[in-house]
Amino acid sequence: MTSHSRLVPLLLGVAVVMFAAAPFVIDTAPYESSMGLVQRIFYFHLGAAMTMLTSGLVCGIASARYLAKRSASADHLAYAAVELAVLFGTMVLVTGPLWARKAWGVWWDWEPRLTSTLVMYMLFVAYLLLRRFGGAGSEVLSAAIGLFGMALVPFVYISVNLWRTLHPKTSVLPTLPKPMLVPALFCLAAFLILYWALLLIRMRMEAARAEIDAAYLSLED
Amino acid sequence: MIGVFRAAWIIARKDLLVETRSRELVYTTLFFAVSCVLVFAWAFVREGKPIDNASAGVLWVAIVFSGTLALGRAFERERQSETLRGLLMAPIERAAVYLGKLFALLVLMILVEIVLVPIVALFFHAPIGRAPWLLAGLLVVGTVGFAAVGTLFAAMLVRAQSRDVLLSIVLYPVTVPVVMTGVQGTAAIFAAEPDFGLAQTCLTLLIFFDAVFVTLALWTFAPVMHE
Amino acid sequence: MTRLQRWIIRVTLPAVALVFSALGVLAQQGDKGFVPLPPGQSLQEQLPATPLVFTAYAFVWVALLVYVFILFSRLKKVERELADLRSKTRASRA
Repeated sequence: MTSHSRLVPLLLGVAVVMFAAAPFVIDTAPYESSMGLVQRIFYFHLGAAMTMLTSGLVCGIASARYLAKRSASADHLAYAAVELAVLFGTMVLVTGPLWARKAWGVWWDWEPRLTSTLVMYMLFVAYLLLRRFGGAGSEVLSAAIGLFGMALVPFVYISVNLWRTLHPKTSVLPTLPKPMLVPALFCLAAFLILYWALLLIRMRMEAARAEIDAAYLSLED
Repeated sequence: MIGVFRAAWIIARKDLLVETRSRELVYTTLFFAVSCVLVFAWAFVREGKPIDNASAGVLWVAIVFSGTLALGRAFERERQSETLRGLLMAPIERAAVYLGKLFALLVLMILVEIVLVPIVALFFHAPIGRAPWLLAGLLVVGTVGFAAVGTLFAAMLVRAQSRDVLLSIVLYPVTVPVVMTGVQGTAAIFAAEPDFGLAQTCLTLLIFFDAVFVTLALWTFAPVMHE
Repeated sequence: MTRLQRWIIRVTLPAVALVFSALGVLAQQGDKGFVPLPPGQSLQEQLPATPLVFTAYAFVWVALLVYVFILFSRLKKVERELADLRSKTRASRA
Protein backbone atom coordinates (compact mmCIF):
# COMPACT_ATOMS: atom_id res chain seq x y z
CA MET A 1 0.00 0.00 0.00
CA THR A 2 2.97 2.33 0.39
CA SER A 3 4.44 1.84 -3.07
CA HIS A 4 2.20 4.57 -4.43
CA SER A 5 3.77 6.99 -1.97
CA ARG A 6 5.59 8.58 -4.91
CA LEU A 7 2.48 8.80 -7.05
CA VAL A 8 0.53 10.92 -4.59
CA PRO A 9 3.06 13.75 -4.20
CA LEU A 10 3.53 13.73 -7.96
CA LEU A 11 -0.20 14.05 -8.62
CA LEU A 12 -0.54 16.71 -5.96
CA GLY A 13 2.37 18.64 -7.41
CA VAL A 14 0.97 18.55 -10.92
CA ALA A 15 -2.47 19.56 -9.68
CA VAL A 16 -1.11 22.50 -7.68
CA VAL A 17 0.87 23.74 -10.67
CA MET A 18 -2.17 23.44 -12.93
CA PHE A 19 -4.40 25.24 -10.47
CA ALA A 20 -1.84 28.01 -10.11
CA ALA A 21 -1.63 28.31 -13.89
CA ALA A 22 -5.41 28.16 -14.30
CA PRO A 23 -6.12 31.90 -14.02
CA PHE A 24 -3.68 32.56 -16.85
CA VAL A 25 -5.05 29.80 -19.04
CA ILE A 26 -8.60 31.00 -18.39
CA ASP A 27 -7.55 34.51 -19.30
CA THR A 28 -6.73 33.38 -22.82
CA ALA A 29 -10.38 32.56 -23.44
CA PRO A 30 -12.58 35.26 -24.91
CA TYR A 31 -15.40 36.79 -22.88
CA GLU A 32 -18.85 35.41 -23.54
CA SER A 33 -20.96 37.97 -25.37
CA SER A 34 -24.15 37.83 -23.28
CA MET A 35 -22.83 36.87 -19.85
CA GLY A 36 -19.50 38.61 -19.84
CA LEU A 37 -17.16 38.29 -16.95
CA VAL A 38 -19.38 36.08 -14.82
CA GLN A 39 -19.19 33.25 -17.32
CA ARG A 40 -15.59 32.77 -16.19
CA ILE A 41 -17.03 30.87 -13.23
CA PHE A 42 -17.93 28.19 -15.73
CA TYR A 43 -14.36 26.89 -15.96
CA PHE A 44 -14.19 25.85 -12.33
CA HIS A 45 -17.89 25.04 -12.14
CA LEU A 46 -17.52 22.48 -14.94
CA GLY A 47 -14.42 20.95 -13.38
CA ALA A 48 -16.13 20.53 -10.03
CA ALA A 49 -19.33 19.18 -11.59
CA MET A 50 -17.58 16.57 -13.71
CA THR A 51 -15.45 15.51 -10.77
CA MET A 52 -18.52 15.14 -8.61
CA LEU A 53 -20.22 12.98 -11.25
CA THR A 54 -17.13 10.84 -11.73
CA SER A 55 -16.79 10.35 -8.00
CA GLY A 56 -20.43 9.36 -7.73
CA LEU A 57 -19.95 6.77 -10.43
CA VAL A 58 -16.80 5.46 -8.76
CA CYS A 59 -18.74 5.10 -5.53
CA GLY A 60 -21.51 3.22 -7.31
CA ILE A 61 -19.15 0.77 -8.96
CA ALA A 62 -17.15 0.25 -5.77
CA SER A 63 -20.39 -0.28 -3.82
CA ALA A 64 -21.56 -2.92 -6.27
CA ARG A 65 -18.23 -4.69 -5.95
CA TYR A 66 -18.37 -4.52 -2.17
CA LEU A 67 -21.85 -6.05 -2.14
CA ALA A 68 -20.69 -8.82 -4.43
CA LYS A 69 -17.26 -9.60 -3.04
CA ARG A 70 -17.17 -7.92 0.40
CA SER A 71 -13.70 -6.65 -0.42
CA ALA A 72 -12.44 -4.13 2.14
CA SER A 73 -10.62 -1.99 -0.42
CA ALA A 74 -13.86 -1.63 -2.40
CA ASP A 75 -15.54 -0.29 0.71
CA HIS A 76 -12.69 2.15 1.36
CA LEU A 77 -12.85 3.35 -2.23
CA ALA A 78 -16.61 3.89 -2.01
CA TYR A 79 -16.36 5.87 1.22
CA ALA A 80 -13.48 8.00 -0.07
CA ALA A 81 -15.32 8.64 -3.33
CA VAL A 82 -18.50 9.79 -1.57
CA GLU A 83 -16.64 12.20 0.66
CA LEU A 84 -14.97 13.76 -2.36
CA ALA A 85 -18.27 13.82 -4.22
CA VAL A 86 -19.71 15.90 -1.39
CA LEU A 87 -16.69 18.21 -1.44
CA PHE A 88 -16.89 18.88 -5.17
CA GLY A 89 -20.68 18.93 -5.07
CA THR A 90 -20.53 21.72 -2.52
CA MET A 91 -18.33 23.67 -4.91
CA VAL A 92 -20.83 23.15 -7.73
CA LEU A 93 -23.77 24.22 -5.59
CA VAL A 94 -21.96 27.37 -4.44
CA THR A 95 -20.42 28.46 -7.75
CA GLY A 96 -23.67 27.68 -9.57
CA PRO A 97 -25.87 30.19 -7.72
CA LEU A 98 -23.08 32.78 -7.82
CA TRP A 99 -23.11 32.45 -11.60
CA ALA A 100 -26.90 32.27 -11.73
CA ARG A 101 -27.29 35.51 -9.79
CA LYS A 102 -25.71 37.42 -12.62
CA ALA A 103 -26.73 35.27 -15.56
CA TRP A 104 -30.37 34.63 -14.68
CA GLY A 105 -31.02 37.30 -12.08
CA VAL A 106 -31.90 34.88 -9.30
CA TRP A 107 -29.76 32.95 -6.83
CA TRP A 108 -31.60 29.70 -7.49
CA ASP A 109 -33.70 28.44 -10.35
CA TRP A 110 -35.18 24.99 -10.64
CA GLU A 111 -33.11 24.38 -13.72
CA PRO A 112 -32.95 20.65 -14.54
CA ARG A 113 -29.22 20.17 -14.13
CA LEU A 114 -28.90 22.17 -10.92
CA THR A 115 -31.91 20.36 -9.47
CA SER A 116 -30.56 16.94 -10.43
CA THR A 117 -27.21 17.86 -8.89
CA LEU A 118 -28.95 18.86 -5.69
CA VAL A 119 -30.79 15.54 -5.48
CA MET A 120 -27.61 13.52 -6.03
CA TYR A 121 -25.79 15.72 -3.51
CA MET A 122 -28.42 14.94 -0.89
CA LEU A 123 -27.93 11.27 -1.61
CA PHE A 124 -24.17 11.50 -1.12
CA VAL A 125 -24.67 13.36 2.15
CA ALA A 126 -27.16 10.68 3.22
CA TYR A 127 -24.46 8.06 2.55
CA LEU A 128 -22.01 9.93 4.76
CA LEU A 129 -24.55 10.33 7.56
CA LEU A 130 -25.39 6.65 7.39
CA ARG A 131 -21.72 5.75 7.62
CA ARG A 132 -21.10 8.11 10.49
CA PHE A 133 -24.18 7.46 12.63
CA GLY A 134 -25.39 4.06 11.56
CA GLY A 135 -23.21 2.13 13.94
CA ALA A 136 -21.72 -1.27 13.18
CA GLY A 137 -22.54 -2.95 9.91
CA SER A 138 -23.26 0.27 8.07
CA GLU A 139 -20.71 -0.52 5.37
CA VAL A 140 -23.11 -2.95 3.75
CA LEU A 141 -26.07 -0.61 4.09
CA SER A 142 -24.21 2.31 2.59
CA ALA A 143 -22.98 0.09 -0.23
CA ALA A 144 -26.62 -0.61 -1.04
CA ILE A 145 -27.31 3.14 -1.00
CA GLY A 146 -24.34 3.71 -3.29
CA LEU A 147 -25.61 1.13 -5.72
CA PHE A 148 -29.13 2.52 -5.69
CA GLY A 149 -27.73 5.99 -6.14
CA MET A 150 -25.90 4.99 -9.28
CA ALA A 151 -29.01 3.30 -10.69
CA LEU A 152 -30.96 6.39 -9.82
CA VAL A 153 -29.03 8.86 -11.95
CA PRO A 154 -30.91 8.34 -15.24
CA PHE A 155 -34.25 8.44 -13.42
CA VAL A 156 -33.38 11.66 -11.65
CA TYR A 157 -32.39 13.17 -14.96
CA ILE A 158 -35.57 12.03 -16.73
CA SER A 159 -37.98 12.92 -13.95
CA VAL A 160 -36.45 16.36 -13.31
CA ASN A 161 -36.61 17.18 -16.99
CA LEU A 162 -40.20 15.94 -17.11
CA TRP A 163 -40.96 18.01 -14.03
CA ARG A 164 -39.72 21.05 -15.87
CA THR A 165 -41.44 20.45 -19.22
CA LEU A 166 -43.70 23.41 -18.82
CA HIS A 167 -40.83 25.83 -18.37
CA PRO A 168 -38.14 26.89 -20.81
CA LYS A 169 -34.94 24.95 -20.52
CA THR A 170 -31.63 26.70 -20.13
CA SER A 171 -28.62 24.65 -20.96
CA VAL A 172 -25.61 24.82 -18.71
CA LEU A 173 -23.61 22.42 -20.84
CA PRO A 174 -23.38 24.02 -24.24
CA THR A 175 -21.40 23.24 -27.36
CA LEU A 176 -18.18 25.05 -26.66
CA PRO A 177 -16.34 27.07 -29.26
CA LYS A 178 -12.65 26.15 -29.60
CA PRO A 179 -10.95 29.03 -27.71
CA MET A 180 -13.13 28.28 -24.69
CA LEU A 181 -12.68 24.54 -24.95
CA VAL A 182 -8.97 24.60 -24.11
CA PRO A 183 -9.21 26.37 -20.75
CA ALA A 184 -12.29 24.30 -19.88
CA LEU A 185 -10.44 21.05 -20.50
CA PHE A 186 -7.36 22.36 -18.73
CA CYS A 187 -9.35 23.14 -15.58
CA LEU A 188 -11.16 19.83 -15.86
CA ALA A 189 -7.84 17.99 -16.06
CA ALA A 190 -6.56 19.91 -13.04
CA PHE A 191 -9.64 18.94 -11.05
CA LEU A 192 -9.45 15.28 -12.03
CA ILE A 193 -5.74 14.98 -11.22
CA LEU A 194 -6.31 16.58 -7.85
CA TYR A 195 -9.29 14.28 -7.32
CA TRP A 196 -7.17 11.23 -8.05
CA ALA A 197 -4.53 12.33 -5.53
CA LEU A 198 -7.11 13.05 -2.85
CA LEU A 199 -8.84 9.74 -3.51
CA LEU A 200 -5.60 7.81 -2.97
CA ILE A 201 -4.82 9.70 0.24
CA ARG A 202 -8.33 9.24 1.59
CA MET A 203 -8.29 5.54 0.78
CA ARG A 204 -5.01 5.11 2.57
CA MET A 205 -6.56 6.75 5.60
CA GLU A 206 -9.58 4.44 5.47
CA ALA A 207 -7.35 1.39 5.21
CA ALA A 208 -5.29 2.61 8.18
CA ARG A 209 -8.47 3.11 10.20
CA ALA A 210 -9.61 -0.41 9.40
CA GLU A 211 -6.22 -1.71 10.50
CA ILE A 212 -6.55 0.18 13.79
CA ASP A 213 -9.94 -1.36 14.45
CA ALA A 214 -8.55 -4.80 13.72
CA ALA A 215 -5.55 -4.15 15.97
CA TYR A 216 -7.80 -3.08 18.84
CA LEU A 217 -9.82 -6.22 18.42
CA SER A 218 -6.74 -8.43 18.48
CA LEU A 219 -5.41 -6.62 21.54
CA GLU A 220 -8.58 -7.39 23.39
CA ASP A 221 -8.12 -11.10 22.86
CA MET B 1 -38.80 -25.87 0.09
CA ILE B 2 -41.91 -23.96 -0.84
CA GLY B 3 -42.00 -21.51 -3.70
CA VAL B 4 -41.06 -17.87 -3.37
CA PHE B 5 -44.52 -16.46 -3.97
CA ARG B 6 -46.23 -18.87 -1.65
CA ALA B 7 -43.74 -18.07 1.09
CA ALA B 8 -44.16 -14.36 0.41
CA TRP B 9 -47.92 -14.72 0.66
CA ILE B 10 -47.62 -16.52 3.99
CA ILE B 11 -45.43 -13.76 5.38
CA ALA B 12 -47.73 -11.06 4.05
CA ARG B 13 -50.74 -12.85 5.48
CA LYS B 14 -49.01 -13.00 8.85
CA ASP B 15 -48.42 -9.26 8.81
CA LEU B 16 -51.95 -8.50 7.65
CA LEU B 17 -53.39 -10.82 10.29
CA VAL B 18 -51.41 -9.07 13.03
CA GLU B 19 -52.62 -5.80 11.65
CA THR B 20 -56.28 -6.84 11.49
CA ARG B 21 -56.14 -7.87 15.11
CA SER B 22 -54.33 -4.84 16.50
CA ARG B 23 -55.15 -2.26 13.84
CA GLU B 24 -52.28 -0.25 15.28
CA LEU B 25 -50.58 0.68 12.02
CA VAL B 26 -53.75 1.45 10.12
CA TYR B 27 -55.12 3.83 12.71
CA THR B 28 -51.88 5.60 13.54
CA THR B 29 -50.72 5.94 9.93
CA LEU B 30 -54.10 7.18 8.79
CA PHE B 31 -54.41 9.67 11.59
CA PHE B 32 -50.91 10.93 11.01
CA ALA B 33 -51.62 11.37 7.29
CA VAL B 34 -54.76 13.37 8.04
CA SER B 35 -52.88 15.55 10.55
CA CYS B 36 -50.29 16.17 7.87
CA VAL B 37 -52.96 17.27 5.44
CA LEU B 38 -54.35 19.61 8.06
CA VAL B 39 -50.96 21.22 8.61
CA PHE B 40 -50.76 21.79 4.88
CA ALA B 41 -54.23 23.25 4.98
CA TRP B 42 -53.12 25.86 7.50
CA ALA B 43 -50.12 26.58 5.30
CA PHE B 44 -51.66 26.63 1.86
CA VAL B 45 -55.19 27.86 2.28
CA ARG B 46 -55.38 31.63 1.93
CA GLU B 47 -58.52 33.54 2.78
CA GLY B 48 -60.51 30.33 2.89
CA LYS B 49 -59.44 29.17 -0.55
CA PRO B 50 -56.71 26.66 -1.26
CA ILE B 51 -53.96 28.01 -3.51
CA ASP B 52 -53.88 26.72 -7.07
CA ASN B 53 -53.23 23.03 -7.47
CA ALA B 54 -51.70 22.50 -4.06
CA SER B 55 -53.68 19.28 -3.72
CA ALA B 56 -51.34 17.05 -5.74
CA GLY B 57 -48.30 18.00 -3.68
CA VAL B 58 -50.14 17.79 -0.38
CA LEU B 59 -51.45 14.33 -1.19
CA TRP B 60 -48.07 12.94 -2.11
CA VAL B 61 -46.24 14.50 0.81
CA ALA B 62 -48.79 13.07 3.21
CA ILE B 63 -48.37 9.64 1.60
CA VAL B 64 -44.58 9.81 1.79
CA PHE B 65 -44.44 10.97 5.41
CA SER B 66 -47.02 8.53 6.69
CA GLY B 67 -45.48 5.75 4.61
CA THR B 68 -42.09 6.37 6.20
CA LEU B 69 -43.60 6.10 9.65
CA ALA B 70 -45.44 2.91 8.76
CA LEU B 71 -42.23 1.39 7.39
CA GLY B 72 -40.31 2.20 10.51
CA ARG B 73 -43.04 0.87 12.74
CA ALA B 74 -43.56 -2.33 10.77
CA PHE B 75 -39.92 -3.32 11.07
CA GLU B 76 -39.61 -2.08 14.63
CA ARG B 77 -42.30 -4.59 15.50
CA GLU B 78 -40.19 -7.39 14.00
CA ARG B 79 -37.15 -6.23 15.83
CA GLN B 80 -38.86 -6.01 19.20
CA SER B 81 -40.22 -9.50 19.02
CA GLU B 82 -37.00 -10.79 17.45
CA THR B 83 -39.00 -12.35 14.66
CA LEU B 84 -36.80 -11.00 11.91
CA ARG B 85 -34.07 -13.47 12.69
CA GLY B 86 -36.65 -16.23 12.62
CA LEU B 87 -37.84 -15.04 9.23
CA LEU B 88 -34.33 -14.99 7.85
CA MET B 89 -33.54 -18.44 9.21
CA ALA B 90 -36.66 -19.99 7.78
CA PRO B 91 -36.14 -22.41 4.85
CA ILE B 92 -37.43 -19.92 2.31
CA GLU B 93 -35.73 -17.67 -0.18
CA ARG B 94 -34.70 -14.26 1.16
CA ALA B 95 -36.64 -12.68 -1.67
CA ALA B 96 -39.83 -14.12 -0.16
CA VAL B 97 -39.27 -12.15 3.05
CA TYR B 98 -38.82 -8.97 1.05
CA LEU B 99 -41.86 -9.57 -1.16
CA GLY B 100 -44.03 -10.55 1.77
CA LYS B 101 -43.20 -7.44 3.80
CA LEU B 102 -43.58 -5.30 0.67
CA PHE B 103 -47.02 -6.68 -0.10
CA ALA B 104 -48.28 -6.20 3.44
CA LEU B 105 -47.01 -2.63 3.49
CA LEU B 106 -48.61 -1.94 0.12
CA VAL B 107 -52.00 -3.12 1.35
CA LEU B 108 -51.66 -0.85 4.36
CA MET B 109 -50.61 2.20 2.36
CA ILE B 110 -53.32 1.75 -0.26
CA LEU B 111 -55.94 1.46 2.47
CA VAL B 112 -54.67 4.73 3.92
CA GLU B 113 -54.73 6.36 0.49
CA ILE B 114 -58.31 5.27 -0.14
CA VAL B 115 -59.34 7.32 2.88
CA LEU B 116 -56.83 10.11 2.30
CA VAL B 117 -57.66 10.99 -1.31
CA PRO B 118 -61.28 12.04 -0.63
CA ILE B 119 -60.13 14.04 2.39
CA VAL B 120 -57.52 15.93 0.35
CA ALA B 121 -60.10 16.43 -2.39
CA LEU B 122 -62.49 17.83 0.19
CA PHE B 123 -60.08 20.28 1.78
CA PHE B 124 -58.28 21.35 -1.36
CA HIS B 125 -61.09 21.19 -3.89
CA ALA B 126 -59.36 18.60 -6.04
CA PRO B 127 -61.33 17.12 -8.94
CA ILE B 128 -60.72 13.44 -8.22
CA GLY B 129 -63.66 12.32 -10.31
CA ARG B 130 -62.07 13.59 -13.50
CA ALA B 131 -59.92 10.56 -14.34
CA PRO B 132 -60.34 8.17 -11.42
CA TRP B 133 -58.57 5.20 -13.00
CA LEU B 134 -55.59 7.23 -14.14
CA LEU B 135 -55.36 8.80 -10.70
CA ALA B 136 -55.65 5.42 -8.99
CA GLY B 137 -53.00 4.04 -11.33
CA LEU B 138 -50.58 6.84 -10.53
CA LEU B 139 -51.12 6.43 -6.81
CA VAL B 140 -50.78 2.66 -6.78
CA VAL B 141 -47.74 2.52 -9.05
CA GLY B 142 -46.08 5.38 -7.22
CA THR B 143 -46.76 3.74 -3.86
CA VAL B 144 -45.23 0.50 -5.15
CA GLY B 145 -42.06 2.38 -6.10
CA PHE B 146 -41.86 4.13 -2.76
CA ALA B 147 -42.61 0.99 -0.78
CA ALA B 148 -40.16 -1.11 -2.80
CA VAL B 149 -37.24 1.10 -1.88
CA GLY B 150 -38.57 1.74 1.61
CA THR B 151 -38.98 -1.93 2.52
CA LEU B 152 -35.40 -2.64 1.53
CA PHE B 153 -33.95 0.28 3.43
CA ALA B 154 -36.10 -0.26 6.52
CA ALA B 155 -35.08 -3.93 6.62
CA MET B 156 -31.42 -2.96 6.22
CA LEU B 157 -31.59 -0.40 8.98
CA VAL B 158 -33.39 -2.56 11.51
CA ARG B 159 -30.22 -3.18 13.45
CA ALA B 160 -28.55 0.18 12.87
CA GLN B 161 -28.33 3.03 15.35
CA SER B 162 -30.44 6.16 14.78
CA ARG B 163 -32.56 4.03 12.46
CA ASP B 164 -35.68 6.22 12.57
CA VAL B 165 -34.10 9.37 11.29
CA LEU B 166 -31.65 7.54 9.04
CA LEU B 167 -34.54 5.87 7.23
CA SER B 168 -35.93 9.26 6.21
CA ILE B 169 -32.47 10.57 5.34
CA VAL B 170 -31.66 7.76 2.95
CA LEU B 171 -35.18 7.17 1.65
CA TYR B 172 -36.15 10.63 0.47
CA PRO B 173 -33.32 11.31 -1.98
CA VAL B 174 -33.71 7.86 -3.54
CA THR B 175 -37.47 8.25 -3.97
CA VAL B 176 -37.26 11.74 -5.49
CA PRO B 177 -38.01 10.47 -9.03
CA VAL B 178 -41.11 8.62 -7.81
CA VAL B 179 -42.52 11.52 -5.83
CA MET B 180 -41.61 14.11 -8.44
CA THR B 181 -43.21 12.12 -11.27
CA GLY B 182 -46.21 11.18 -9.15
CA VAL B 183 -46.88 14.78 -8.23
CA GLN B 184 -46.36 15.91 -11.80
CA GLY B 185 -48.88 13.37 -13.10
CA THR B 186 -51.42 14.04 -10.37
CA ALA B 187 -51.09 17.78 -10.83
CA ALA B 188 -51.63 17.32 -14.56
CA ILE B 189 -54.97 15.64 -13.79
CA PHE B 190 -56.04 18.22 -11.23
CA ALA B 191 -54.97 21.27 -13.21
CA ALA B 192 -57.48 23.82 -14.45
CA GLU B 193 -56.71 22.55 -17.98
CA PRO B 194 -55.92 18.88 -17.42
CA ASP B 195 -53.16 17.27 -19.45
CA PHE B 196 -53.98 13.57 -19.53
CA GLY B 197 -51.15 12.85 -21.95
CA LEU B 198 -48.61 14.09 -19.44
CA ALA B 199 -50.29 12.07 -16.71
CA GLN B 200 -50.00 8.95 -18.82
CA THR B 201 -46.34 9.65 -19.54
CA CYS B 202 -45.78 9.95 -15.81
CA LEU B 203 -47.58 6.67 -15.23
CA THR B 204 -45.38 4.92 -17.79
CA LEU B 205 -42.25 6.36 -16.23
CA LEU B 206 -43.40 5.20 -12.79
CA ILE B 207 -44.01 1.66 -14.06
CA PHE B 208 -40.51 1.64 -15.52
CA PHE B 209 -39.05 2.93 -12.27
CA ASP B 210 -40.91 0.24 -10.31
CA ALA B 211 -39.62 -2.51 -12.55
CA VAL B 212 -36.01 -1.39 -12.20
CA PHE B 213 -36.10 -0.77 -8.48
CA VAL B 214 -38.01 -3.84 -7.40
CA THR B 215 -35.52 -5.91 -9.38
CA LEU B 216 -32.59 -4.04 -7.85
CA ALA B 217 -34.06 -4.44 -4.38
CA LEU B 218 -34.52 -8.18 -4.89
CA TRP B 219 -30.88 -8.46 -5.93
CA THR B 220 -29.57 -6.51 -2.97
CA PHE B 221 -31.87 -7.88 -0.27
CA ALA B 222 -30.19 -11.26 0.05
CA PRO B 223 -26.55 -10.08 0.23
CA VAL B 224 -27.41 -7.19 2.53
CA MET B 225 -29.39 -9.26 5.02
CA HIS B 226 -26.74 -11.94 4.98
CA GLU B 227 -25.01 -11.15 8.23
CA MET C 1 1.87 -0.75 -9.48
CA THR C 2 0.05 -2.17 -6.52
CA ARG C 3 -3.19 -4.08 -6.73
CA LEU C 4 -4.84 -1.09 -5.15
CA GLN C 5 -3.74 1.25 -7.90
CA ARG C 6 -4.75 -1.20 -10.61
CA TRP C 7 -8.07 -1.46 -8.90
CA ILE C 8 -8.57 2.27 -8.77
CA ILE C 9 -7.66 2.62 -12.42
CA ARG C 10 -10.07 -0.17 -13.32
CA VAL C 11 -12.87 1.66 -11.57
CA THR C 12 -12.16 5.30 -12.26
CA LEU C 13 -11.25 5.06 -15.93
CA PRO C 14 -14.58 3.56 -17.01
CA ALA C 15 -16.33 6.05 -14.77
CA VAL C 16 -14.51 8.97 -16.41
CA ALA C 17 -15.16 7.52 -19.86
CA LEU C 18 -18.85 7.18 -19.09
CA VAL C 19 -19.09 10.71 -17.80
CA PHE C 20 -17.36 12.10 -20.86
CA SER C 21 -19.54 10.21 -23.28
CA ALA C 22 -22.61 11.41 -21.43
CA LEU C 23 -21.18 14.91 -21.69
CA GLY C 24 -20.76 14.41 -25.42
CA VAL C 25 -24.38 13.36 -25.81
CA LEU C 26 -25.65 16.22 -23.69
CA ALA C 27 -23.51 18.74 -25.50
CA GLN C 28 -25.26 17.86 -28.74
CA GLN C 29 -28.57 18.76 -27.13
CA GLY C 30 -27.39 22.11 -25.82
CA ASP C 31 -29.82 24.61 -27.16
CA LYS C 32 -28.12 27.71 -25.83
CA GLY C 33 -24.46 27.87 -26.74
CA PHE C 34 -21.78 30.10 -25.42
CA VAL C 35 -21.20 32.77 -28.02
CA PRO C 36 -17.77 34.34 -27.81
CA LEU C 37 -17.60 38.11 -27.88
CA PRO C 38 -16.62 39.33 -31.32
CA PRO C 39 -13.18 40.91 -31.13
CA GLY C 40 -13.21 44.67 -30.68
CA GLN C 41 -16.51 44.76 -28.79
CA SER C 42 -16.13 45.70 -25.14
CA LEU C 43 -18.08 44.38 -22.16
CA GLN C 44 -21.18 46.11 -20.86
CA GLU C 45 -21.96 45.17 -17.27
CA GLN C 46 -24.92 46.12 -15.09
CA LEU C 47 -24.66 44.00 -11.92
CA PRO C 48 -21.00 44.07 -10.88
CA ALA C 49 -19.82 40.60 -11.78
CA THR C 50 -16.34 40.87 -10.28
CA PRO C 51 -17.32 40.15 -6.67
CA LEU C 52 -19.33 37.11 -7.81
CA VAL C 53 -16.49 35.70 -9.89
CA PHE C 54 -14.01 36.42 -7.16
CA THR C 55 -16.17 34.74 -4.52
CA ALA C 56 -16.67 31.70 -6.72
CA TYR C 57 -12.98 31.12 -7.34
CA ALA C 58 -12.08 31.99 -3.76
CA PHE C 59 -14.61 29.48 -2.46
CA VAL C 60 -13.20 26.68 -4.60
CA TRP C 61 -9.65 27.43 -3.48
CA VAL C 62 -10.59 27.76 0.19
CA ALA C 63 -12.69 24.59 0.14
CA LEU C 64 -9.85 22.61 -1.41
CA LEU C 65 -7.24 23.99 0.98
CA VAL C 66 -9.40 23.41 4.04
CA TYR C 67 -10.22 19.87 2.96
CA VAL C 68 -6.60 19.01 2.19
CA PHE C 69 -5.53 20.44 5.54
CA ILE C 70 -8.17 18.48 7.45
CA LEU C 71 -7.38 15.34 5.48
CA PHE C 72 -3.65 15.51 6.21
CA SER C 73 -4.13 16.21 9.90
CA ARG C 74 -6.58 13.29 10.19
CA LEU C 75 -4.15 11.11 8.28
CA LYS C 76 -1.26 12.01 10.57
CA LYS C 77 -3.35 11.25 13.62
CA VAL C 78 -4.47 7.91 12.25
CA GLU C 79 -0.94 6.86 11.24
CA ARG C 80 0.40 7.86 14.64
CA GLU C 81 -2.27 5.76 16.32
CA LEU C 82 -1.52 2.86 14.00
CA ALA C 83 2.23 2.94 14.70
CA ASP C 84 1.42 3.13 18.39
CA LEU C 85 -0.84 0.08 18.21
CA ARG C 86 1.61 -1.87 16.09
CA SER C 87 4.33 -1.47 18.72
CA LYS C 88 1.85 -2.43 21.43
CA THR C 89 0.82 -5.64 19.66
CA ARG C 90 4.43 -6.52 18.99
CA ALA C 91 5.22 -5.93 22.68
CA SER C 92 2.27 -7.99 23.87
CA ARG C 93 3.23 -10.88 21.58
CA ALA C 94 6.87 -10.85 22.68
